[in-house]
Formats: sequence, structure tokens, C-alpha cells
Amino acid sequence: MAAVKHQTMILVVSKLLLFLAALLPLGFIVTDVLAGRIGPDPGQAITERLGLAAFQFLLLTLVVTPLRQITGWSGWLRLRRMLGLFVFFYACLHILAFLQLLVGWGDLWATFTQRPYIIAGASAFLLMVPLAATSTKAMMKRVGRGWKPLHRLIYPAAVLVWVHFLWQARSDITEMVIYGSVLFVLLLLRVYWFGLTTLIPLRRR
Amino acid sequence: MLIKQRPSWVLPESEVTPKSIYLNRRKFMTGAIASAATLAVPGLLHASDTSSDLKALDYRAAPEYSTDEKKTPLDDVTAYNNFYEFGTGKGDPAKYAGEMSVDPWSVEVEGECERPGRYALEDLLKPHDYEERIYRLRCVEAWSMVIPWVGVPLAAVIKQLQPNSRAKYVYFETLHDPKQMRAQRSLFSTVEWPYREGLRMDEAMNELSFLAVGLYGEALPNQNGAPIRLVVPWKYGFKSIKSIVRIRFTEEQPKTSWEMLAPSEYGFYANVNPEVDHPRWSQKRERRLPSGILRPNWIETSKFNGYGEQVAQLYKGMDLSRFY
Ligand code: HEM
Repeated sequence: MAAVKHQTMILVVSKLLLFLAALLPLGFIVTDVLAGRIGPDPGQAITERLGLAAFQFLLLTLVVTPLRQITGWSGWLRLRRMLGLFVFFYACLHILAFLQLLVGWGDLWATFTQRPYIIAGASAFLLMVPLAATSTKAMMKRVGRGWKPLHRLIYPAAVLVWVHFLWQARSDITEMVIYGSVLFVLLLLRVYWFGLTTLIPLRRR
Repeated sequence: MLIKQRPSWVLPESEVTPKSIYLNRRKFMTGAIASAATLAVPGLLHASDTSSDLKALDYRAAPEYSTDEKKTPLDDVTAYNNFYEFGTGKGDPAKYAGEMSVDPWSVEVEGECERPGRYALEDLLKPHDYEERIYRLRCVEAWSMVIPWVGVPLAAVIKQLQPNSRAKYVYFETLHDPKQMRAQRSLFSTVEWPYREGLRMDEAMNELSFLAVGLYGEALPNQNGAPIRLVVPWKYGFKSIKSIVRIRFTEEQPKTSWEMLAPSEYGFYANVNPEVDHPRWSQKRERRLPSGILRPNWIETSKFNGYGEQVAQLYKGMDLSRFY
């Protein structure tokens, strides 16, 4: 009984800490804005930082399963939903900042469909919408056995985000190579542990 | 011609010294020392404050070539720009350009001209008087600034070098020195260094084409292309090549860096043109910096960045959506 309580405590505390930590990127942006440190082109700076935060949380989400495999502690899994929702949160803010601060709300169709790197980002986002929508306990129950395969959509989404990132490269792709390597290893670990088919979304085993 | 040189706390008119001193002046703090100092004395030094090291220039205003739009503040001009030799972030040039030494500086002149050779920068500039021109600068990334440049008309320098009748183009190169330019050391650089740019001869001889050695009345900060850079205000900013070490007169149209990298995105001409979209950025509007959060400072982009009166005739009969 005491051991169970202890476990729950650990989980509650780690969730709280994670929640606060996950708000830090947003907090830094807000304080930079308030302190006048955001620079002369706030739209660019804010959009870029929100996008990067979304991608970083996406990679963190994909670290959860390897962590469980390596440490054997299944508590990691209980943090995954929050991480995933923060990915969605930062992606939404990223797109809002893009529209409000960078390009404006005119002719949305053209905005989202004319540029390859935007199409990649928007496709990634579209793949994430059903994941966020089915993240609650109730929805998990409703979706039932389909939930797991559905949530494997995160893999193509992650690859699309990386492509979105890569296609913005100008003079240098060092950052893209680093993020790409991390993503590649995270996907490879799954193939190693569970087989290639685990990467295929919407497929039941 | 004389150059005024002053410590930053003295009024600009206080002291007059010959130009040779201007060219011997800058002992830049290295990036490392600068950042150590920043750590030691928070708030005292910012990377962009390297400009306080700079010396005032002697020039006359050229209102006939200047816009009266609101100027972008010096701090923004020096803290936010692209100079990919120092990194891809907008703040990287201000952070790392101090690692470049610009004194002494020489420019190699070669190709189809009567006066080729290696010129010490002061010799190249000696025959000319400086003027200040306040130009709009439009970046292909859809932001823009208004900057008071100090320098000399490019045409004057070209005449001095006496191109021959085979010279149809002028080609420029930026310094290539991985020891001083950290992004040139990157394994994953997509640009083939050195950075290259070029103009057609009649573009280069146009009255607007300008070689800048300063901004806001002082010698160029390194991050803005010290000690000498091109300014072609009717073209996207990347044409205005920085820290020039080579000028070559050619018969053939030279290959430029962005053209080499992504020919479908960047052409040789790169004239500002709201009618021709770039595959990554719509060019219809621009954010005039500094821009706000609550109200982004949008303005409509003008063809040739508003300099059509002076340059449109250069492109008569050309299909600008093909020659972008
Ligand atoms: C409709 C969807 C999207 C649009 C229109 C969009 C737009 C943009 C734009 C314009 C930039 C460049 C900002 C700049 O540097 O000027 C950018 C960068 C970025 N975006 Fe997106 N994006 C979308 C979706 C996403 C999603 C879903 C993610 C991740 C989950 C994401 C992650 C990133 C990343 C990592 C960057 C690069 C940041 C950097 O340069 O450091 N984007 N996005």
C-alpha cells in the first residue's frame, strides 16, 4: 500500500514539474517580449522559437518509449500524453504566430498550399489533430483497439516536421542534420525492439 | 579628402584626421573577449556595441539619393541581419563577426580592365569623397529597413579601374577565411564559399549602385559587411555583397552564390518585384522593421523597391518573371 502511494506521489510530482518545465519556452518568449529583447522582427523570432519548441517536444515524446525500455519504469508512459499535448499546444501557437505576426490572415488557402515547406508543416499538423482529439481517457476508450495504430501517425508527422525544417534551410543544414539524426535513431530503436511494422500507422497487429 | 575620427564620447565635428588613420584604426575586440566582458559586466556591453569602437566618417549628405522615410534604428540595423559566413541566425553576425579582422584590407581587381591589381582599401577609396545616402533595403525574406549608408558611387570606382570594352559584367567576392568566419568551417554548409555576386555593367554603372564603407555616419560594423560592401537598393538584399575582397570584370555573366545553390529560387537579377513570388516567401508585402507584435508593420512592396524611376529602363523589353 505504502509503495503504491509512493509511486503515485512520484508520478504527481513529475507531472507537475514537467508541466511547469514545458511552459518555459513560452515563458522565455513572453519575458523577452516584455523586456524588449525580442528584436526588431518579433513575428519571425516568435514563430521560429515556437516551431522549434514544438519539434523539440515532439522528439521528447518519442523518447518516452526508449526510456521505458531502458529503465524498465513504466511511469514514463504516464508523462507521454502531457508531452504530446504540449507538442500540439506549441504547434498551434506556432501557426497562430505565423498567421498573426508573419503573413497575415488574407487568402489562407494560398498561404498554406503554395509553398512546399508550408505544405509539409501543415500536413504534419493535420496528422496531429486526431491524436490530440483522442488523447482523453474517454476518447481512448471510445477508439478502443484502434487507438494505438492511430497514434502511430506521430511517426510520419515527425518526419514531415523534419522535412518542413529542412526545406527552410538557407546556407547551412547543421541543425537539420542534428535533429534528423536524433529522429532517425528514435525511429530505428523502435524497429530494433518491435520490428519495422510498428512504424506503420493505422495498422493493427 | 579628410576623415573625421573621434572617440565615441566626443561630438563628431571635434577632430579631423587623415583617412589613413581611419584605415588603421579598428582593433576589434575578438568575439571571445567581448563575450567575456559581457559576462563580467552585464548590461554594459552588447555585441552590437562594437559600433562604439567605430570612428566617424567625413561625408556630405546626398538628399537627392535619400528617402525621407523613418530610419531603422542603428541598434536594429547592427543586431539583426543575415551574414551567413557567421551563422544562420539573425543575431549570429552581431555575435561572431568580431572574429573577422578588417584591417588591413585589400581588394583584388582583375579581369577585363586597364588597372588590375591588388589595392589596399585606402588606395581604392582615396580619389573619392564620401556621401551619405538613405536607402531602403528589402530582404527576400519579406522584411525591410531604411539605412543611412556612407560610401561612394560604385560607378566612380569602376571608372577608376577602367574596364575595357569586353567587360559586360562585374563580379564580386566576399572574404573566404574559415579561421575568421565560423560558418565557413561548417561541415553542412550548403553554400560553396566564397560568397559570390554580380551585376550587369549597366546596373553597376547606374547612379544608385553604391559601395558603402559606413552607416549612421560611422565605419561599418563588421556584421554589416566591413570594411566595404555593395548596396544595390532596387534588388533583394542578398545582392548587396559584404566584406568584398575581389572585383572582376567579365565578358560572361558570372554565377552568383544563390543561383548556384537554388537556381529555381534565385536568379541573377533578383530585382525587388511584388509580382514575382519567391517559392518560400510571398513578395507582395514586407515588414518594415522595427515591426510590432500587436500591429505588425506591414507595407506594400513596390516594384524595384520604389526605385523604378532610376532603374526601370535597364530592363526594358525583358520578361522579369523569367529573368528574376
Ligand atoms: C500550417 C502549419 C505550419 C506553418 C504554416 C508553419 C510555418 C513556419 C514558418 C513560416 C517557419 C519559419 C519561421 C522563420 O524562421 O521565419 C517555420 C519554422 C519551423 N516550424 Fe513550422 N509551420 C507549420 C507547422 C509546424 C509544425 C506542426 C511543427 C512542429 C510540430 C513546426 C515546426 C517548425 C520548426 C522546427 C521550425 C524551424 C524553427 C527554426 O528555424 O529554428 N511547424 N514554420
